[in-house]
Amino acid sequence: MTLLAVDDLSKAFGGVRAIDGVSFTIGRGAVHSIIGPNGAGKTTLLNLLTGLVEPDRGHIRLQGRELAGLPAHRFAAVGIGRTFQNLQVFFNMTALENVMTGRHLLERDALWATLVRARSLVRSEAATRERAHELLAQVGLADWADEMADAMPYGALKRLEIARALAAEPRLLLLDEPAAGLNATEAHDIDALIKQLAAEGTTVVLVEHNMKLVMGVSDHLLVLDQGRKLAEGTPQQIRDNAAVVEAYLGAVDAIGEGAHA
Amino acid sequence: MHAGSNVSELAPRAVPRAGARHWATSARTGGLLALAATIAALPLVLVNNYFYEVAILVGLNAIVCVGLNLLIGYAGQISLGHAGFYALGGYGSAILSGTYGLPTVLSLVTATLAVGVVAYVVGRPTLRLKGHYLAMATLGLGVIVSIVLATEDRWTGGPDGMSVPPLALAGVVLQGERLWYAVVGVALLLAVWLALNLIDSPAGRALRALHGSETAARVLGIDAARHKLRVFVISALFAAGAGALTAHYAGFITPAKASFMHSVELVIMVVFGGMASVFGAVVGAAVLTTLPQLLTALKDYETMAFGAVLIATLVFLPQGIVPTLARRFARRRAGGRGER
Repeated sequence: MTLLAVDDLSKAFGGVRAIDGVSFTIGRGAVHSIIGPNGAGKTTLLNLLTGLVEPDRGHIRLQGRELAGLPAHRFAAVGIGRTFQNLQVFFNMTALENVMTGRHLLERDALWATLVRARSLVRSEAATRERAHELLAQVGLADWADEMADAMPYGALKRLEIARALAAEPRLLLLDEPAAGLNATEAHDIDALIKQLAAEGTTVVLVEHNMKLVMGVSDHLLVLDQGRKLAEGTPQQIRDNAAVVEAYLGAVDAIGEGAHA
Repeated sequence: MHAGSNVSELAPRAVPRAGARHWATSARTGGLLALAATIAALPLVLVNNYFYEVAILVGLNAIVCVGLNLLIGYAGQISLGHAGFYALGGYGSAILSGTYGLPTVLSLVTATLAVGVVAYVVGRPTLRLKGHYLAMATLGLGVIVSIVLATEDRWTGGPDGMSVPPLALAGVVLQGERLWYAVVGVALLLAVWLALNLIDSPAGRALRALHGSETAARVLGIDAARHKLRVFVISALFAAGAGALTAHYAGFITPAKASFMHSVELVIMVVFGGMASVFGAVVGAAVLTTLPQLLTALKDYETMAFGAVLIATLVFLPQGIVPTLARRFARRRAGGRGER
């Protein structure tokens, strides 16, 4: 069943066609990956899918509901969450508060209840705090809860972003290079986490350079090149696709390595 | 606008650090208790009516500053027209009670809420835009209010001002400095309590998130414009309420209350005390309201000395008094532990 349908999506920055008439659908459940060489438009595509960038034309529909043109916070409201390639952690908060902020849309925030600190608000805050602790534990950051984010190492921040995104209970989770800059062990942890999320029913869209990771966890791949869709299919189909191999050139080995791993 | 761009850079850093959770919770109740104790103990040193007058003025200014601090320190926006809201609250309540004979408590509440509506109308279009358009819009509003109050003498008595009926609470007319001191003290505690509640809530977290990373905040569903607008309206309500109280306390109000300089003074109090610190706003209001009274001893050099104090503070305590001292204190404690 189709969760997300993207149709003829286009976005140009000046003369550069960052995304050029891309169409694809994403079914519910499973792990979908978007790959492509640098500058292929992967991050722009994620920015379009989260409303941070408004498309020049085309449609983004989540379960049939048109999202293109809406402000970013409305994308979140229908259940799209994401992490960022270049970290967008709230460095002015603790790890726990970062994750609690992720539950913003699930919390009461009636002004009156806020100002008089109504009992309902205190209760929902307690529930939020508890859930945030659980999520931190899930990504392996239980011990970091009260640490200020700006005192945390890079690998931990990557996982913190995932916990924060999960806090919103998204139907569609977009991960922008979650393993970039991580060592092999940390990347393996991320790999396990993604598989776990997918098993629990979250639809995951992964943008990743780490071919080993991508080929290992993905059920379905979309290959972008210069803003266009180059290919789409299962990891095996992508591996066998001559156009993909050509676009990657130097990366042929990387793909091959993924196949043997 | 240079001052404006500084605000957004400084504000997130002024948020309490290190173990913020427990610290904030204890600072919440602990700070409120300390403030209540100070207000209760202060009469011991208020030896005559003049001292009471200054203390009441401090309290009223502090209420405005606590609200304005929410806007500057947490929403990262500047208002250059809060004196306008303050004066509108005062004149509104004066006209409703004096001219139309409304009970003063009712006129105070009505005028305050009406100012909230004005703030909503001004803030809604401007806070959707990025940047410091609110500063310009409120600057314009303040100037307009000030002109209208001075020229519409049928309603306002013109430049000479108008007299305001005394505040009556449940049939008892509030008179005497001591009684007013108590009323303003309770009002200030209420204002601080409301502000602390707002900060320590999902809404407060949303505002901090917008400072930390607006991109991430938007992706989490935080509607920046809505949260900024809410804080702006609340800060205008605080200003209007304090303005109305001031008018009834003084029994007289002039258009000078709406002047641009008064708006700037209020912003200076917030920055001086420390942005993104509720108690900083109270301290800023207290110091900058009392200082001119102390400096009158210097006669001709009063303004110069006042300026020197301001400059020295911004040079040596750039984050404002309370956050800078709190951090120094925390560092000294941490340093002491390290030596052992």
